[in-house]
Amino acid sequence: MSVWIVRALWLIPVLPVLAAGMGALLKRNQRRLAATVAIGAMSISFVLAVVAFAHLLLAPERLFINFEWMQFGSEWLKLGWMLDPLAGAMLVMVTFVGLLIFIYSVAYMHHDENFTRFFCFLSLFAGAMLGLLIANSLLLLFMCWEVVGLTSYLLIGFWYERPAAAAAAKKAFITTRIGDLGLLLGMVWLYGQTGTLLFYDHGAGCLEAGVASTGIALLIFCGAVGKSGQLPLHVWLPDAMEGPTPVSALIHAATMVAAGVYLVARVYPLMTPQALEVVAWIGALTAIFAALVAVAQEDIKRILAYSTVSQLGYMMLGLGVGGVAVGVFHLIAHAFFKALLFLGAGSVIHGLMGEQDIREMGGVRKWMPVTFACYAVGTLALCGFPLFFSGFWSKDAILHAAYEWNVSRVPFYLGALGALLTAFYMTRQVCYVFFGKRRKGPVTEPVVPAETAASDPEEAAHESPAAMTTPLLLLAGFAVLLGFIGTPAWPWLQSFLEMEAASWDWHQLAENGLLSLMVASSLLVFAGLGLGWWLYGRKPIRHAGDQDALERLQPTVFYALKRGLFVDQLYAVTVLRLAWWIACVANWLERWVWGGIPVAVSALTKGLGWIDSSLDRWVVNKGFDEGCNSVADGGRLLAQLQDGRIQHYLRVLGAAVAALALFLLLGRRG
Amino acid sequence: MTGLTGCLLVSSMLFAIGLAGALTRRNTILVLVGIELMLNAANLNFIAFWRYGPRSGEPTGMIFVLFSIGVAAAEAAVGLALILAVYRHAKTTDLSQLTGGPQ
Repeated sequence: MSVWIVRALWLIPVLPVLAAGMGALLKRNQRRLAATVAIGAMSISFVLAVVAFAHLLLAPERLFINFEWMQFGSEWLKLGWMLDPLAGAMLVMVTFVGLLIFIYSVAYMHHDENFTRFFCFLSLFAGAMLGLLIANSLLLLFMCWEVVGLTSYLLIGFWYERPAAAAAAKKAFITTRIGDLGLLLGMVWLYGQTGTLLFYDHGAGCLEAGVASTGIALLIFCGAVGKSGQLPLHVWLPDAMEGPTPVSALIHAATMVAAGVYLVARVYPLMTPQALEVVAWIGALTAIFAALVAVAQEDIKRILAYSTVSQLGYMMLGLGVGGVAVGVFHLIAHAFFKALLFLGAGSVIHGLMGEQDIREMGGVRKWMPVTFACYAVGTLALCGFPLFFSGFWSKDAILHAAYEWNVSRVPFYLGALGALLTAFYMTRQVCYVFFGKRRKGPVTEPVVPAETAASDPEEAAHESPAAMTTPLLLLAGFAVLLGFIGTPAWPWLQSFLEMEAASWDWHQLAENGLLSLMVASSLLVFAGLGLGWWLYGRKPIRHAGDQDALERLQPTVFYALKRGLFVDQLYAVTVLRLAWWIACVANWLERWVWGGIPVAVSALTKGLGWIDSSLDRWVVNKGFDEGCNSVADGGRLLAQLQDGRIQHYLRVLGAAVAALALFLLLGRRG
Repeated sequence: MTGLTGCLLVSSMLFAIGLAGALTRRNTILVLVGIELMLNAANLNFIAFWRYGPRSGEPTGMIFVLFSIGVAAAEAAVGLALILAVYRHAKTTDLSQLTGGPQ
């Protein structure tokens, strides 16, 4: 009994991929069928994932099946899939969140004419993501990783007729590719060191070989940095919000960006302390940086995007300072509440006919009570509101681990400040969107082209259909409940990931200053919430053009934050300029040096050909023609002799005889 | 001037006259006459070289010339017959008209 689910595990990613294949073959108007196939495949995957998870609950173990894929000389390259608590938990999370978002998309994308294409891409993404989770080989993981990147590109650029979306898709693809290069190099290096890319292979896998190299670990981490939007490569994630909102929720909040965190968790045995130090620092810096920038954003989705970057930083920090369980706990909790927030934002955008600027919103609470309630739950979970929300427990675990970290305490302070900022910017956003009165500012161009602009936004604003609110409610439920699988008193997730039995221990709460830390972080959250309410909730702005409260206080700082601390501009003048110059040089070389050689050779050949043809024409042919002409002329001359006049012949004959006689006479005499 | 030289001179003159006649005359018959004159100059040469040669006692030269005259007579008959045939065909014996040249 135990093995069949492992043997059938490959079905989990393959079913959505098949659904994607079917979706690709469907006609554009077969919308219902496309959605049914995609959701059906995802449902079966979800059921299988739950069965696999249940099996792990009964018997926590690491199961894997490897198979030979390709032969290089005498070496067989092996691929395989595995089921262990980490993969199992992630499988359930991805299939569940994915399924909800699929259902949500049916309503959200209802008006879009490329509905079938959307579900085709979404299914392909889900398949690749699930393949990434169960891969027992870094190579297989990398392949799925790249397909995930491809689908991310396709979905960000789903509305490719909008230049911003096309540019964002390109940016995301290229930026993550930089990280993937590191991952590829790390993979090659790892293969050189261990001779295998399988994670687990009865003691022969690369994670079991005991190889731990900082270089390899950092190169693999590069891939995670690109995919998870960590600090140097985070620039693509806010722009990725050009995609449809379900995509932002599924790919750029809940699952794909978490793939980087998952990768680090998966190859954790390879991570040396030095590498983990780097991971922790980058995570902490990303967390604080993105939280700062999120404070000054005005697009509802961009705020959430920067928030995602910030939370991913927390996850990395958790991995770096605390280990797999700490990071993955936050990953799973975050996936639920961030998907909830994004879907809530999507619901708001949907209800407001494509409006994304929070300054133009306001008062949405009145028309969308369900959305507001769910959004509030998501916000509180993200802020880490004490005790009843998952974000509190997961973030607290990270902060606690950072506090205990023996290298430096700076990441802890950065994380704590980030927590304060998180509460602040989320409060700001909620105040802007849901409180006050609807502000009808200058009409901006509709951001979601699928939805036609209504005549009066006030009347048109409506609660979203059940297909959108049901996933919201479910996710809201999990955003609350999930916190209790990883409390310090009952660290079930950690035990599950480490394949041990969980135990209740109330005393854990009081150890290592945990309780005081929890109180401190709660105070920070309250401070953030209070500050946000004080600045934005007390008297909401009346008109969309009004200055932000922070902008009034510190216009320069606000502007800098609003522009993302000019990272894009920095890249534009450094990396892009450099790349542009390299491209120019390459272009010049190509045009004049490498291109010049063929041109010179062809010119030479042409010249030789010309000489050859002239020789042929003017020397050979001319000479031959001349010869022919002279023969013909000679013939004509001789033909004149034979003119048929007997007397002419005789005359010549006589002259010749006379000449002969003269010759003989003179010769005789000489 | 010996007899031989005189004979050769006469025959040369005869040949020259015949040649001139054959070359200049337009009438075919007169050309034939010129040719006969040149033939006779040759015959005269035969006789002269026989008469003043080392073996003039034997009649070889004379017999040779008689044959030659006989053959020439037959040849003249053939020539005249040809001319006659040509005349019947072209209604003229003028050489320049027969060849169709520009005269």
